Amino acid sequence: MTDLTDLGIGAIRDGLAAREFSARELTDAYLEAMEATRALNAYVAETPERARAAADESDKRLAAGEARALEGVPIGVKDLFCTEGVHTQAASSILDAFRPTYESTVTANLWADGAVMLGKLNMDEFAMGSSNETSCYGPVVNPWRSADSNADLVPGGSSGGSAAAVAARLCAAAIGTDTGGSIRQPAAFTGTVGIKPTYGRCSRWGIVAFASSLDQAGPITRDVLDAAIMLKSMASVDPADTTSVDRPVPNYEAALERGVKGLRIGIPKEYRMDGMPAAIETVWQQGEAWLREAGATIEEITLPHTQYALPAYYIVAPAEASSNLARYDGVRYGLRAGDGDVTEMYEATRSAGFGKEVKRRVLIGTYVLSAGYYDAYYLRAQRVRALIKRDFDIVFDAGIDAILTPATPTAAFAVASMATASPIEMYLNDIFTVTANMSGHPGIAVPAALTDDGLPLGLQLIGKPFDEEMLFRVGRVLEDAAGHFTPKRWWS
Amino acid sequence: MTATVELTTRTAAAGQLISGAKADWEVIIGMEAHAQVASQAKLFSGASTAFGGAPNSHVSLVDAAMPGMLPVINRACVAQAVRTGLGLNARINLKSRFDRKNYFYPDLPQGYQISQYQEPIVGEGEVRVEPDEGDPFVVGIERLHLEQDAGKSIHDQDPRFSLVDLNRSGVALMEIVTRPDIRSADEAKAFLVKLRTILRYLGTCDGDMEKGSLRADINVSVREPGATLGTRCEIKNVNSIRFIGQAVAHEARRQIAVIEDGGTIEQETRLFDPQRGETRSMRSKEEAHDYRYFPDPDLLPLVIDEAFVDGLRGDLPELPDAKKARFVADYGLPDHDAAVLVAERDLAGYFEAAAAGREPRLAANWVINELGGRLNRDGLTIAESPVSAERLAGVLDLVAAGTISGKMAKDLFEIVWTEDGDPAEIAASRGMQQVTDTGEIDALVDQVIADNPDKAAEAREKPQLVGWFVGQVMKASQGKANPKAVNEALRAKLGL
Repeated sequence: MTDLTDLGIGAIRDGLAAREFSARELTDAYLEAMEATRALNAYVAETPERARAAADESDKRLAAGEARALEGVPIGVKDLFCTEGVHTQAASSILDAFRPTYESTVTANLWADGAVMLGKLNMDEFAMGSSNETSCYGPVVNPWRSADSNADLVPGGSSGGSAAAVAARLCAAAIGTDTGGSIRQPAAFTGTVGIKPTYGRCSRWGIVAFASSLDQAGPITRDVLDAAIMLKSMASVDPADTTSVDRPVPNYEAALERGVKGLRIGIPKEYRMDGMPAAIETVWQQGEAWLREAGATIEEITLPHTQYALPAYYIVAPAEASSNLARYDGVRYGLRAGDGDVTEMYEATRSAGFGKEVKRRVLIGTYVLSAGYYDAYYLRAQRVRALIKRDFDIVFDAGIDAILTPATPTAAFAVASMATASPIEMYLNDIFTVTANMSGHPGIAVPAALTDDGLPLGLQLIGKPFDEEMLFRVGRVLEDAAGHFTPKRWWS
Repeated sequence: MTATVELTTRTAAAGQLISGAKADWEVIIGMEAHAQVASQAKLFSGASTAFGGAPNSHVSLVDAAMPGMLPVINRACVAQAVRTGLGLNARINLKSRFDRKNYFYPDLPQGYQISQYQEPIVGEGEVRVEPDEGDPFVVGIERLHLEQDAGKSIHDQDPRFSLVDLNRSGVALMEIVTRPDIRSADEAKAFLVKLRTILRYLGTCDGDMEKGSLRADINVSVREPGATLGTRCEIKNVNSIRFIGQAVAHEARRQIAVIEDGGTIEQETRLFDPQRGETRSMRSKEEAHDYRYFPDPDLLPLVIDEAFVDGLRGDLPELPDAKKARFVADYGLPDHDAAVLVAERDLAGYFEAAAAGREPRLAANWVINELGGRLNRDGLTIAESPVSAERLAGVLDLVAAGTISGKMAKDLFEIVWTEDGDPAEIAASRGMQQVTDTGEIDALVDQVIADNPDKAAEAREKPQLVGWFVGQVMKASQGKANPKAVNEALRAKLGL
């Protein structure tokens, strides 16, 4: 019998409908796999009782012929989403023992569609990181290993737990958030599909905020079909998030088989960086070739402000974060340290509660918003942001349907290997992904190849605002050409 | 510094200058009034704004700044801000924006206050003030913006801990910023009274200073007339009209004394201590917070359209200035009476009800003096008056018909005040009716003239002495005779 955890959402849907297995059996299979795979440190909290109860409910629904869109599909949830009565700490000590009394809109949408929560997934603290090493629960281990080494590799970040869990078959799909690449980069590092939808497509209500104008939820899945199914359930307009957008959510699945014949695909010349590894250049050209063969036209385009995106991002995101994280002060919930006056309590609490990277960004953000620096940093970064958006608008207005770029500048690297590097080297991981956050455009990472060492590499597609359908459609063609990538099961 | 800062505003009248030991000083005052928006719900959450709930009973997840919570603008509060802007004759900005003002304090759960820093919803306007004493003056309004109130820290309930009540956290405030157009403590008081009147007419703030619904930060500086503007100090959170006068007066004198002693004024924030009637330093400019303002990324720019504004404009009530002008023009009231009546919307309404179809000046006189005095004595508001406008009108009708004298009317009013009841019935049942029967009056007149032959002779020479006779006749009638009839009879009999 096939291992139930090998099934993607599409196959689960079919199998449950055909009564080949029950939702309970499926959930139990995952709970068992999770128990056997704790070495990856993907989950920070498991919710087996709740999962079994939800699966039983799904079985009832299935029996009654009342199956919903994600009926019985076991999923993992990034620790950034508030889940009612369930561990929610954004992988930070400062939210020690915090249990929300409320459910985020995105997760509520998923439960309303019948999905089953397996647990909360590890991540970089407050989603700040590109390697999942800033978590207060310690690093997540990438299920992929280099062909010539048993060294633990990072799964990318910040949604590293989500990506690792999907790649290691510890959930049928996972949800993450993407502020500068936090879905797409770990998807690329783990051979999974990750989409950051257009800003405003998913509600941010109930997601612990990192940088409000950049944060967006999205799924990490095994294939493009699953990503389309997941996003359909996650997306909604939400009166509680006035930055969410009131547009109908299309049936993304229906777009999958449309092919790329006649589409115009842009290749931005500015993404061809100096010193880019040959493997990245190769996979990029391979992607071009696949799309050309499938009938698309490949055109070189220019996005002239690309080089300013990363520096501007590292002003805007920390600025917003410094303000968003001010609420973690020890007064109302989470950690409280110190026993002096209120100032001493603040200092002790925040010193003990926040990790090094979070502190760094809070300090950067505080600095760039300070009197006398605001215009030079924050205001200029916002202008750069407008220019980056305009770059995209010009290209899409000229008829380009989607933009093809590498997802990351490298494959996954070893845990702790960046420990002594400058933070900027870590920040460079986001070089191809931050632009879409700065402009609000949707971007998807699709696995495309393995390096000579046997590590996955991804390609990224960027589309017009609210044209996620195009990303699924083109992504599916890449996926069909590249095939699927599954890590060898060394962990259990 | 030699350059004089050009104040496009007014110069103080000579009588407003404060005499120091060495010179006369002009006081320059600007205000930031914080008015709580009259609204059921808070500015960005659905929690109640009701006053006096148990601590932390009106707190939503947003107000407590729980992780992942987002603000949603309350349209009713926006409408109130626009209405207030219209009432201040101010420009309404169809596009405005919310910013975050960042600072740490336990009663500020988010770690920032959502306010409007760069682009307020209301721009420049003006308020015309006509004080009881002194010349009318105009105060320029620089802006009005919406912002969140903070919660309340309570320091005296526990020896070791401070307690926090978040009921007020997130309540909508309008900050109304004036230009430095105010020139004396009395003007400062008069301005805030006028502002409060406008807010109450509009129904956009209850103006209840005791509950903190309206409070003011006052910027005070002094200079020799015509000289460079002095350094200002800001007196925070003054919460009564009386304290505003005291705070300004004290602060001006303090600054004058410092300067005349050869010192300089440091820009700082000060607190007014009502117990001691003085201001004292709270923090200096160096200790001022760096609020790190930036646009709140959780909120899109606030865009309203002309139709929305026009709709609100169309529904505005008649405002005090317009009402006063109408009272003068339509009722022929003296300026002062009209000003007193329009100071409160309910009082003006009461007057109009009582005056309908009657002699307006008489009605105004009664409302202001008899009723106003009586209310004052009992510490009641016009809404609490035991005598309704209809009852007072009944009294006035009896006077106008000549049924009762003015003196009787006052007695009758007192009876209605304490016992209520229809004035006409009370007057009838208690024999409060002045004597208009000429035969009866003639008899009394004859009697008085006969009793005072010398005076009568004198009065024939000096007709103004007839007043004395009127008094005597009234006395003889025990106040019941109609003074007008008595006067006529006396003049006839004395041959005047």
